[in-house]
Parts: sequence; C-alpha cells; structure tokens
Amino acid sequence: MFLRTAVLAASTALLGAMAQADVKVGMITTLSGGGAGLGIDVRDGFMLAVKQAGRDDLEVVIEDDQRKPDVAVQLADKMIQSEKVDVLTGIIWSNLAMAVVPAATAQGKFYLSPNAGPSPLAGKGCHPNYFNVAWQNDNLHEAAGAYANDAGLKNSFILAPNYPAGKDALTGYKRMFGGELAGELYTKLGQTDYAAEIAQIRASGADSVYFFLPGGMGISFLKQYAASGVDLPLVGPAFSFDQGILQAVGDAALGVKNTSQWNKDIDNAANAAFVETFQAEYGRLPSLYASQGFDTANLLISAMGKADVADADAFRAALKAAEFDSVRGDFAFGDNHHPIQDIYVREVIKEGDVFTNKIIATGLSDHADAYAAECKM
Amino acid sequence: MTTLLFIEQLLNGLQFGVMLFLMSAGLTLVFGVMGLINLAHGSLYMIGAFAAAAVAAATGSFLLALMASLAAAALAGALIELTIIRRLYDRDHLDQVLATFALILIFSEGTRWLFGSFPLFLDVPAALSGPVTLPGGIQYPAYRLTIILVGLAVAVGMFALINRTRVGIRIRAGEADREMIAALGVDIAKLYTFVFALGAALAGFAGALVGAIQSVQVGMGEPVLILAFVVIVIGGIGSIKGAFVGALLVGLTDTLGRFLLPQMFALILEPSAAVSVGSALASMLIYILMAGVLIFRPRGLYGVA
Repeated sequence: MFLRTAVLAASTALLGAMAQADVKVGMITTLSGGGAGLGIDVRDGFMLAVKQAGRDDLEVVIEDDQRKPDVAVQLADKMIQSEKVDVLTGIIWSNLAMAVVPAATAQGKFYLSPNAGPSPLAGKGCHPNYFNVAWQNDNLHEAAGAYANDAGLKNSFILAPNYPAGKDALTGYKRMFGGELAGELYTKLGQTDYAAEIAQIRASGADSVYFFLPGGMGISFLKQYAASGVDLPLVGPAFSFDQGILQAVGDAALGVKNTSQWNKDIDNAANAAFVETFQAEYGRLPSLYASQGFDTANLLISAMGKADVADADAFRAALKAAEFDSVRGDFAFGDNHHPIQDIYVREVIKEGDVFTNKIIATGLSDHADAYAAECKM
Repeated sequence: MTTLLFIEQLLNGLQFGVMLFLMSAGLTLVFGVMGLINLAHGSLYMIGAFAAAAVAAATGSFLLALMASLAAAALAGALIELTIIRRLYDRDHLDQVLATFALILIFSEGTRWLFGSFPLFLDVPAALSGPVTLPGGIQYPAYRLTIILVGLAVAVGMFALINRTRVGIRIRAGEADREMIAALGVDIAKLYTFVFALGAALAGFAGALVGAIQSVQVGMGEPVLILAFVVIVIGGIGSIKGAFVGALLVGLTDTLGRFLLPQMFALILEPSAAVSVGSALASMLIYILMAGVLIFRPRGLYGVA
C-alpha cells in the first residue's frame, strides 16, 4: 500500500514537472468527410504559426472528429485522460463544440476556439477557461444585417441549416436588419438540393436573400440559385465565400457581398507576412479559417511567453491580455472572452483566374457580441 | 401564384425522385440478384462525379464528362466486383457491411489523396444554364428539366433491359434461383460482374449529373446512399419497378414536405416555432413514410413475398 502511494506520488510529481516545461495542445478538428476543407485550413494555419515560433516546448496532438459529436467527445476524453493535454482547440462545428467544451473546461483545461462560437458559451454558459479567437456565431450575420440596411434592402428571405450555428445566424441577422422578412427557413444540415427552397424564394416577393450555408452546402445553393433565374441580390457571411470553396462555385458567386472579420487584403504587416508564408508553405491562398487557426496559435504562444500553463490563473490572464499581432489588426477580448473586432463587407472578385474577396467597407467597428451581459464570471 | 409554386415544387420532387432512381436501381439489383448489401454504392456515385469534374476541367466538354463518369464508375465497379465483392456473396450480411464500409473509407481517402480536400468545380453546360419558361409561365431551370427527361429515359431503358432482353431474363432468373440458372449453363460469375458494373455506372452517372448543380466533394455519396436504401426498402428489394415508384415517392414526399409542413404549422403556431417544428418534421418525413409502408407491406411495395 505504502509502496503504491509512493510510486503514485512520484509519478504525479514527474508529470507536474513535465507540465511545467511543456505545453501540450490537443487539436480536435474535421479532417475527413464533407467539412474537411475547414478543419484542414484551421490546422494548417495553426501549424504554420507553431512552425514559425520554432518553440520546442510546444507539442500539438491532432485528431479527426469526422464532424461527429460522439467522436469529438471520445477524442476529448482521450486527450484529457491519456494524452494529458493542457489546452484543447480545433473544433469547427458548433454542435461538436457544445458537446466537448463545457466538459473540458469543467475539468480545468483551457479551450481556445478557432471557429465555433455558439451563443450559450458566450452568455450564460461562459467559462473562465474558454476563449473564442474567431467570433461569436452571431457576429458576421449581425454585420450582414447592418450591411443590408445600408444597401437599402427592405424585404429579405433568410435561410440557414437547422443546428445551433444556423439559429445563431438568423438571430444575428434579424438583430441588425431593419426591414421585413419575406420568409424564414431552416434546412437540413448537410442538405445539397435547394430546389424547394429556391422555389419558395421566387414566390415570396422578397427583394434580397440572406443565407448561411457553410462549406459544400453553400456551393450547391449558389450554383442552383444561379441556374434558377431568381435574380435577387444575395448577402451572406464569409462562410459560403471562403477561399476553399470559391473556385468550386465559379462565376455564380461573382459580385456577391459577404461579411468577414478577416480578408487577405487587410493592411498590416502580420497579415501580409501570413498570406505570403501560407502560400509559400501550402501552395494555396489562405481562407478565413486558416487565419483563425493562425491567430489561435499565436495567442497561445504569446501567453506561453508570459506565464506557465501550470499556473492557471496567470496563464488565463496572459490569454485574456491577447498581446499578439493578429492578422486582423486590432484584436481584444471582451469580458466573456469573445473577440471585440471590426467586421468587414467583402465582395467576390476574380483576380486573374482565381476567385477571391476584396474588402469594400467596414460593416461594424469594434463589435462585441450580444450575449456578453449574460455572462457571469 | 400558389398553383405555380406548387407545380414547380412537384417538378422539383420529380427531379429529386428521378435522381434517386438512378442511384437505387443499381443498389436494388445488386441486393436482389446477388443478395449483397453494398454500402460502397455511394462511393461509386462520388467516383462518377469526380471523373466528370476532372474530364470537364481537362476538355471543357460536359458530354465527354458524362461519358467519363459512366466509364469510370463502371470500371471501378467491375474492378471491385472481381477483386473483393466476389468473395462476399457466400458470407453473411455483417461481413458484407464490414467489407463494403471499408471500401467507402478506402475510396474516400483515395479520392482525397488524388484530388485534395477541397471541392472541385463542375458546372452545367452553357446551353442548359439558366431557366426556361414552361407553359403556364413557370420558370424552371433548364438543367433540372433535362435531368428529369434523362432520368425517365434511363428508367424506360432499364425496364426494357430487364423485361425484353436475354440479359434481363437471366437477371430475373438469377433473382429467383441462382443455383438453377448456374446449372442451366449460365455463366453466373460474368452475369454478376455485369450487373454490378451496370449499377455502378448508373450511380456514377447520377453523381456526375448532380455534381454539376451541387458540390463535387469527398463524402458526397453517403447521404444519398441512405436515401437510396430507404427507396429500395419502400419499393421492395430487387424490383426495378419498386425502385422507380419508391424513388418518386421519396422525392415527392421530401420536397413537398419541406415546402408544405412549415406552412401548415404556421396556421396553428407562431411563425418561428412553425418553421422549426415544420423543418424538423419534414426531415423525418421519408422515414415515417418508410415505416408506414413497411407496416402494411413488410416486403415493400413490389417485393416478392
């Protein structure tokens, strides 16, 4: 009995010593199946920053969640219990984040979100160890609603997939949009045929369409919309117009206005260097997901320079300070650990043979999310 | 206006149903004739779409792309039948599911390795882009109308093949009693390879047709595969006629459900609740339909008792 306790104590001490020296990061992200492009961009952006930092005290374990909540939960358990990670990151989809984040932060782990920002985690369910480096889900949609007002749109038809981020999306748009709604639809997550929805848009008498359909869903919708002959202006968040999918959409996306917290033409040194080194490393233009992965890693590295991860309070304060050169320019955390940042309006253009975005206006300046007041911590 | 919208939605349902038929025809034949559950059928759909996208990018011709999708999927089908599927006919369903599930993973990761993780571009040919005006003033995408016509033509072709040709007689005989037709001197191995390749080609063709209006990406086949299984269960396993009727039923139910249910709930609930309840129920509707059919016809609409 005594022997076993002694061994246990010794090994715990050893583990403690190891944690003091190194930060171990567990990245759970989507690397296979339909949503893989997003996860791969986040991973590549993150690993580019890690490589550039050149620290040998930072270890990253990467696993594929296949966009399945149950798989993500299993991976998180494995990473916390057997890999003994200090920090978790990587989740793309809000339904997966809701399944993993509360349990992970409750066990004292830090979670840095490079993408998903479901509203419960920004409001009542906020946690001192949870930091969102991307946005609260509503943010880009709020900017789109504000843009629609500026553009003089009066009667929007809005649609989004039926999952937490889809509901946040339409809530965000409605929060800012001052006009009427010609119709509101929730589609199946992963749906690929939008003929029925487009027919309803045609019949609705709307003057514009707002849609949030990330990844392949957006490609399908845009192509089918272009073929349908419904000629209303489209507005969307950046998720249907990111660098990874624009080439697959082709001309159908040209000229569409979309909102984003990042674009490759934001003028600052960190961003210029990021776009150039990302292209050199991976041979493609970075997307907003890649920029979010890159910022997440740089935030972590900045905190590692100031505090020891074993000292949770100091490390948390170092994260909260967010003293790193964001590719977005100004970046700060609000009290609920979600970003306060500018959100831009972009337009899809063609540069030579490549479809990409350019910023045409600032949609919302120093914008914080609407749930911060509900967060008690 | 509402009548026009309703007719447009009927056309949408028809188009969706015809697509499902192309996908499920092969699945039901393979299941019916060889008794094999082929989960990798969705991968053949994906192969067709990727082959079409690659050929369209290289040559710019949509017609060549469609032919490439038929050829690539048929070839892939024949190849896996000869090397892997053939060994599974005598095994039980669990082994078949396991092996063909492995094939899904192999095909998905192989495609990712060849083409990368980002969706490919495949667009409808210029001649069919944009809408046409149908009698009554309905604007309908020309390409979807073409899909309906092509799909119906394929369905007629399949009926003729099964009911009017020697190969068709053998296929039907194979379904009824495979030992007996082997004893009568029919080369059952060759027949199986043919049926499998035919089903694969149809799935690949469907993938290419749909790929042009959806996204060509890894994993695109699995959601359709699930629907195709629903179709063949409703139609009765092994029956081409059942697959056709089942596909149209599922296509129409799904499309009209998505369109009508939220509106129906709006009569009794406040708008936002109606939308979420209606949408949730609409996504279950085809499974409810399947359950309903199975209660009254446990072997499906045209299944042999």
